[in-house]
Amino acid sequence: MNKYLKIVSASLLAVGFYNAQADTLSDVQAKGSLTCGVSTGTPGFSSPDSSGNWSGVDVDVCRAVAAATLGDAKKVKFVPLTAKERFVALSSGEIDMLSRNTTWTHTRDTSLGLTFAGVNYYDGQGFMVRKSLGINDVKDLDGATFCIQAGTTTELNLADYFRSNKMGFKAVTYDTSAQTKGGFEAGRCDALTSDVSQLAGLRSTLKDPSSAVVLGNVISKEPLGPVVRKDDNTWLNIVRWSLNAMIEAEELGVTSATIDNASTSPGVQRLQGKSGKLNESLGLSKDWSRNIIAQVGNYGESFERNIGMSTPIQLPRGVNQLWIKGGILYAPAFR
Amino acid sequence: MFTKLKSLLYNNEIRAILFQVLAVVVIAYFAYQAFDNMMLNIEQRGIRSGFGFLSDEAGFAVNDNFFLEYSPASTNLQAFYVGIVNTLIVAITGIFSASIIGLIIGISRLSSNYLIRKIATVYIEIFRNIPILLQILFWYSIALNTFPSARNSINFFDSIFLNSRGLYLPKLIAGTELYLVLASFVIGLVGYIFIKKRSDKKHDETGVKTNTIPHFLALVLLLPIVAYFTFGVQLEYPALKGFNFRGGVDLSIEFFALAFSLSIYTATYIAEAIRSGVESVDKGQKEAAAALGLKSSWAMRLVILPQALRVAIPPIINQYLNLTKNSSLAAAVGYTELVTIFSGTVLNVVGQAIEIVMLTMLVYLTISLVISLVLNIFNKKMQIKGR
Ligand SMILES: N[C@@H](CCC(=O)N[C@@H](CS)C(=O)NCC(=O)O)C(=O)O
Repeated sequence: MNKYLKIVSASLLAVGFYNAQADTLSDVQAKGSLTCGVSTGTPGFSSPDSSGNWSGVDVDVCRAVAAATLGDAKKVKFVPLTAKERFVALSSGEIDMLSRNTTWTHTRDTSLGLTFAGVNYYDGQGFMVRKSLGINDVKDLDGATFCIQAGTTTELNLADYFRSNKMGFKAVTYDTSAQTKGGFEAGRCDALTSDVSQLAGLRSTLKDPSSAVVLGNVISKEPLGPVVRKDDNTWLNIVRWSLNAMIEAEELGVTSATIDNASTSPGVQRLQGKSGKLNESLGLSKDWSRNIIAQVGNYGESFERNIGMSTPIQLPRGVNQLWIKGGILYAPAFR
Repeated sequence: MFTKLKSLLYNNEIRAILFQVLAVVVIAYFAYQAFDNMMLNIEQRGIRSGFGFLSDEAGFAVNDNFFLEYSPASTNLQAFYVGIVNTLIVAITGIFSASIIGLIIGISRLSSNYLIRKIATVYIEIFRNIPILLQILFWYSIALNTFPSARNSINFFDSIFLNSRGLYLPKLIAGTELYLVLASFVIGLVGYIFIKKRSDKKHDETGVKTNTIPHFLALVLLLPIVAYFTFGVQLEYPALKGFNFRGGVDLSIEFFALAFSLSIYTATYIAEAIRSGVESVDKGQKEAAAALGLKSSWAMRLVILPQALRVAIPPIINQYLNLTKNSSLAAAVGYTELVTIFSGTVLNVVGQAIEIVMLTMLVYLTISLVISLVLNIFNKKMQIKGR
């Protein structure tokens, strides 16, 4: 039958035989690598270059966890997943964690047997339209056809929005973002809708980027973050605090270049693993957070390197700025 | 007593049964263990279970919908039905056109004309050897990129429009007029069948052949047309409004790409089945038909094909089943059939993989069983008649 159904049924079998006694950390350390689910290619978030090296802010979360648990940010095996495949891949144990522009929703957090470990990008749903249509507001898209990706919150938000505004619409639903983009380019739909952060990246990869415009409207909240299985609390904490360490480091002003500099700040010393026992309850070595910052960098470094203004994606920090600088990025106390 | 038991154990038949029972027990044990473990996992991880989700609001739009009531406010169960109907429609369309193309190509392969024979061979070699998924993607991208945009649609008499989004047809509005026209068609058809049966019987008994084509034209074609013009049927015409055509019936380009690819791919197997069927018919049959003075096209229709089909039908049944299953590749081009809607979107919204995959498989199983049942009955009828 079809590949997707095969994956789903194989995963179901795996769930059947899966051992309930979960210890993901030991599994990862025994394997010597972290298996991380990412997208099939979302520029700036998770995409492979021509020689197969993955990069992006989502990829950096995987790398941070590998640095924390294995002491080496390079020891990650990336598994590209479409939106439809991602949750089954995680719950069946095919991947150790999922870091793939995944929106934290109530249903996903409470009824899939999964848990969100935090938010690494606050996003919202936006629209990209053909410039020749001369449209600059979603309200002008009554009756339009949209290209969307299956298995996303995008599908649901689109229907919600048009329903509540009493507008008609049609949606052509594809499996991968490449197909979705292809449909848009070929004129199958009038607009492509997805998370705003991805629109910029998608637009930059169009054959003619200037033929499309991203509208200013944002119709939903899309807090994106890493996800783990519900049955392993230690692992959840490791992933959550690896991300928090990156945010904390930025707040402390510590970068990959300065993490090993001597400091008298107790906060920095805890991050360096020179004081405190933050590693113990996680079952990690003392230098876990130091390794993350030294090898991956702090949140701001990762942001600027992958999606910041100096990259083709050119996303402003916006709400993803630290809370002390007017944004909503806020790591719980690192102590 | 003991020796009796021992001899029982050495009895081949009893031993065979014993081993089979043993095998069933072992498999059942493992299945039970897996199921039990799965349920435990589901419970421990707090995964929702049961079929309550079927009455939840679906919340998403479906692109292809032929006649069912559906909107994002409908339930997941309604989405499931739309999926089933869409799978059936693409499968039936595919089976129908694959059979016709397959029959033509299969017979062409046996043609005495070199060119026709070669073209048929090349067709089979090409379309059978390219993976079906690639063909679907290929034809879809061809269709997307060659047909004009909505604004520049190909226009047939201002009532049928074709563009890169689909085909738009006028819709018949249900009402007394429509029922009268349909009734006249049915009456005409029944009348024709009656006349045809009588003429066939006369032909069998006396050898006198009556030409029934005028009857066919009058009853099956002319009568409904006359009815159509006397009663008049209300039509709803598609019209370009804003971004898209509204009103009428629309068949998406995804539907066409999928149905077309499935047909031309499956036709190659059907053609081969028909060819081997024809080749299995004894040469003497053809010679005998010729000796009776039958034209070769008649010999084909009356003597060769009926015997050939008997051999060809089992592999053709198989191809019909394959086509139906292959229709689940639709997700690649966004045609919204069962797997796309239910195992794709609904599964991702509610997350209940076990229930959803089970229901999906049940539908495919049912379709497969029905197809094989129908064709097996047909097959049996052919077998008895032949000898
Ligand atoms: N954040 C949304 C949407 C995520 C999503 O999958 N977006 C598409 C946008 S086209 C994507 O990233 N696709 C990349 C891929 O399929 O690999 C969700 O969690 O449901």
